[in-house]
Amino acid sequence: MVAGWFTKSDDEEGFRLLGTRCGACSAVFFPREDALCRNPACAGGVLTEVALSKRGRVWSYTDGRYRPPAPYVSDPESGWQPYTLLAVELAAERMVVLGQAVPGVTVADLSVGTEVEVVPGILSEDADTVWTTWQWRPVEEER
Amino acid sequence: MNEVAVLGAGMHPWGKWGRSFIEYGTAAARAALADAGIGWADVRSVVGAGTIRCGYPGHVAGAAFAQALGWQGTRVTSVYAACASGAQAIDTARAQILSGIAEVVLVVGADSAPKGFFAPAGGDRPDDPDWLRFRLLGATNPAYFALYARRRMALHGDTPDDFARVKVKNAAAGALNPYARYRTAVSAGQVAASPVVADPLRLLDVCATSDGGAALVLSSMEYARRHGAGDPVRIRAVSTVTPVYPRTEPGLPDIATDSAVAAGPPAPGFRESIARAAYEEAALGPEDLSLAEVYDLSTALELQWYEDLGLCPEGEGAGLLRDGATALGGRIPVNASGGLASFGEAVPAQAIAQVCELTWQLRGTAGERQVTGARAGMTANQGLFGHGSAVVAVS
Ligand SMILES: [Zn+2]
Repeated sequence: MVAGWFTKSDDEEGFRLLGTRCGACSAVFFPREDALCRNPACAGGVLTEVALSKRGRVWSYTDGRYRPPAPYVSDPESGWQPYTLLAVELAAERMVVLGQAVPGVTVADLSVGTEVEVVPGILSEDADTVWTTWQWRPVEEER
Repeated sequence: MNEVAVLGAGMHPWGKWGRSFIEYGTAAARAALADAGIGWADVRSVVGAGTIRCGYPGHVAGAAFAQALGWQGTRVTSVYAACASGAQAIDTARAQILSGIAEVVLVVGADSAPKGFFAPAGGDRPDDPDWLRFRLLGATNPAYFALYARRRMALHGDTPDDFARVKVKNAAAGALNPYARYRTAVSAGQVAASPVVADPLRLLDVCATSDGGAALVLSSMEYARRHGAGDPVRIRAVSTVTPVYPRTEPGLPDIATDSAVAAGPPAPGFRESIARAAYEEAALGPEDLSLAEVYDLSTALELQWYEDLGLCPEGEGAGLLRDGATALGGRIPVNASGGLASFGEAVPAQAIAQVCELTWQLRGTAGERQVTGARAGMTANQGLFGHGSAVVAVS
């Protein structure tokens, strides 16, 4: 569905979002920009794939208490479970990337500035396909 | 000054009426023509603000209204810019008038909104950012408004009570507006008791989707004089600017911001630049405004606009509200019409409706919600995918 937006690896440690970087001005793009650099001051460079920072800090967060409309996939037969949505600031790339939190993380677990890391998750699944995606997970305190 | 006259303004009352957008737009157009004191046959150009239904953006705009009013061979234009469609329709009409292509132009916007969250058109369209944000994130419009609201709480100390105050204020004004959908006062307690839609925003913090229509008759100053309107309300500026790269706040419908690695974040930011372009063109500043109509898609977003319009320094929006400055009777009333809080969202009509309100206020005919001695007003909103929108009108 979104080819090349993240690594195929299921291993949490190696999982990364994939963007592109302009060889001329070093601008980073996510979702990946493969055609033209969008920096108006740039004459245009070669865009190459780059893995984004694994960790970032919460810029803001919210949740979805009502079922979103299609094309979001959810089972109308089951009760609605709110998901948590994060906007995460990546320091090295100087950009904010949205994503759902891993299941179980609620707004009560978060504050602006919380450190999170990107991990693989399941967006939806049917009999034939499991749609994988990226999710943000708070980083455990390291001692 | 490159001014055009507002000869007429008209609306169809907003609400969930269950009729065709063409009916609303045609009713608004007839009201605007009657207000201008001219007939449909006098109009040699019509500009329709488009909505998207059935996959034909624009089919439902200029031509649809021209056909409903009766084909008469007029120049016709349809523009689509999401929430900024109305401002771009006004801008198009103004450009035709100032260039001498047309003397008098009818501008119309109307919608019959579906119930519930706005959603993208159907089909698998992974090359469409609007489709992707729903498919991958379930990120509805209120989800983005909530991200901004929570960010304000963290940065500026805004509280849910502050957000509720915006609703209380706008509902009080909307109760005085016969075109508004919701015409009853709302208490802070009612806001707090309404269900959370996207934390920290509750149902009464977020605008509803509505049906509605709005129209304007614009003309050259010379045409206005010939038609006995010697001192009409004038449009002095229309701002339709894009953001400047890199855009560093998550913007609908994007999944990420631009990176600020190659170029530092622009100053001012996008919303502020919309206002700044309008001020520059109008040769006036925030201190000259008598009132403002801003896009209160959420209560928290209205506070943001106070700062972006320069009504107060950054971070002090909630203070301005608490002081009563932006209420009717205050120093600079904002959303004297009741805003989207009272109207709901009828996308192509809203930016035009904002200018209708300015027109009535600047004429001194806004009835119980009249801002005393109003001389200058500004509207502000922004359209999906980076369409700026602000209009300055003066009397
Ligand atoms: Zn570049």
